[in-house]
Amino acid sequence: MSLENQRPTIEELEDKARVLRRHIIEMTTEAGSGHPTSSLSATEVVTAIYFGGFLNYNSAEPDWAERDRFIMSKGHAVPALYAAMAEAGYFPVEDLSTLRKLGSPLEGHPNVRRLAGIEASTGSLGQGLSIGLGQALGCRIDGHDSRVFVVMGDGEMGEGQVWEAIATAHKYQVGSLTAIVDQNGYQQTGATSDVLDLTPFAPKIESFGWHVQTINGNNMSEVVAALETAVGITDRPTAIVAETQKGFGILPVLEEAGDMNFHGQALSAEVAEKALAHLG
Amino acid sequence: MAIGDKSGLSPGGATRDAFGKALETLGERFPEVVVVDGDVGNSTRTEAFAKAFPDRAFNVGIAEANMVSIAGGLASCGKTPVVASFAAFLLCNAYDQIRMSVTFPAQNVKLVGSHSGISIGEDGPSQMGIEDVALACSLPGMTVIVPCDEISTAKATEEILQREGPVYLRLGRPAVPRIYEDDSEFVIGRANQLRDGDDLTIIANGLMVAVALDAAAELSEQGISARVLDMHTVKPIDEPAVAAAARETQAIVVAEEHSANGGLGSAVAIAVSRTTPVPIAYVNTGDCYAESGDPDGLLEKYGLTSGRIVEAARSVKAN
Repeated sequence: MSLENQRPTIEELEDKARVLRRHIIEMTTEAGSGHPTSSLSATEVVTAIYFGGFLNYNSAEPDWAERDRFIMSKGHAVPALYAAMAEAGYFPVEDLSTLRKLGSPLEGHPNVRRLAGIEASTGSLGQGLSIGLGQALGCRIDGHDSRVFVVMGDGEMGEGQVWEAIATAHKYQVGSLTAIVDQNGYQQTGATSDVLDLTPFAPKIESFGWHVQTINGNNMSEVVAALETAVGITDRPTAIVAETQKGFGILPVLEEAGDMNFHGQALSAEVAEKALAHLG
Repeated sequence: MAIGDKSGLSPGGATRDAFGKALETLGERFPEVVVVDGDVGNSTRTEAFAKAFPDRAFNVGIAEANMVSIAGGLASCGKTPVVASFAAFLLCNAYDQIRMSVTFPAQNVKLVGSHSGISIGEDGPSQMGIEDVALACSLPGMTVIVPCDEISTAKATEEILQREGPVYLRLGRPAVPRIYEDDSEFVIGRANQLRDGDDLTIIANGLMVAVALDAAAELSEQGISARVLDMHTVKPIDEPAVAAAARETQAIVVAEEHSANGGLGSAVAIAVSRTTPVPIAYVNTGDCYAESGDPDGLLEKYGLTSGRIVEAARSVKAN
């Protein structure tokens, strides 16, 4: 299947990102909890991977062995993934309203045993890249050229295991692995630069032998171009440092609400209404 | 006197050696098996497999967390990863990775911890896995196996490769007496009765099985008839065998090379209290860390001897 030929226009992808953002806000406000702003920062990346022709998947056959893999290592941003999966046909869009409710497979963090199409159970930060590396190695043994995309948070980069995985991916020259660092600048208690500043990420990751690009991760053209470059590289692992804004898409609404981090809380019905109106 | 002498056992090799040989031999028959090593393959004996099947072996360096999560990823692609390290480093260092990358997603990963217990000797307490069985048993869906000799280890290795789901296989460093014959039966979750008796039952696993047989021989000289069960599978424990022992012998001694809490003793106590409450005595390393020293001296000092089992047996019968 030639995915490149099906690539939508940037404008079409931006429209899709807007749809995903509406889902993220609606489902988390309905749930009354969750991490909408952490999901919104990663929305362009998730949208481009799922709908920009970069991820080879079949939602009717989620376990298809030769599929590409997507791992949301920053598991708290799973609303962005659920929104994409619903739009991709893994389950009905109406099910998004069951997020975090008893009996729903749309758990607060991704759970492979509950929802087909989830590739890794995450939520304890720092493990997704290692799991993705294992999947890339497994696909290589089987002779599949499946690509594995792993989205991590910039706060998550504080986990030492991430750097173990970065070193090991270089050792095995895993050219099918692409890591995206959603550098939204905030973590639970405040600015990542205050908590544990690991920036700049690019030279650090590069020094492990990876190919690294740094882009504006909320600019769809830049995200698509970076993914095009990444999937074209097959002799070494690739990383995209996506400089983003937490809550991108509804920033004026968050500013008015007086909290630019808004970590780990749903928008009130009133703020959500404003956010949806702002998105248009 | 060496372990096994009193009960007339012949000497054998180390369980880690038997595992390494079995894994290499089984590699051809189980093409989905891959090895993930944290740079201790020459200690855990996965080295032989890695030499025979270099494309199916990954030495990821001294990084246990990464090692375990990589195995989880490989398993999600249909592989059967065997992850081997020292018991202490595997279970203690990578506990959350085992939780999140193996047991929570129910991945088919086989964890193998060598150098368990205090019998590793001179390297000292930092290298001694004495909490590993408790940690492994605490994880939902984990099967936990502690074989006692080379033959049962080889059989256990074959069995776990055919069993779907997470498994922890615990191995030791020193040579241990031979308990089984080549045609002996090994079924995961089913205890093996090695000696029958009416007065009490000694339930043991790992190195302590041979010690228990020695104790049973001593007790016999004192007119006490002891049943001996090899409880190689701690989880799921063979509850019918435990219940039958409690009902038929009315007293139990549990012997294991592990700390006092959360290991075989705890598993037996739960099974006994659920079925047929009878007095139980415990022989283990207690609630402490050991020290460096020669293995035999350590087993003596920290109470893992047939004499201690005999004492425990007499005390539990007196109750």
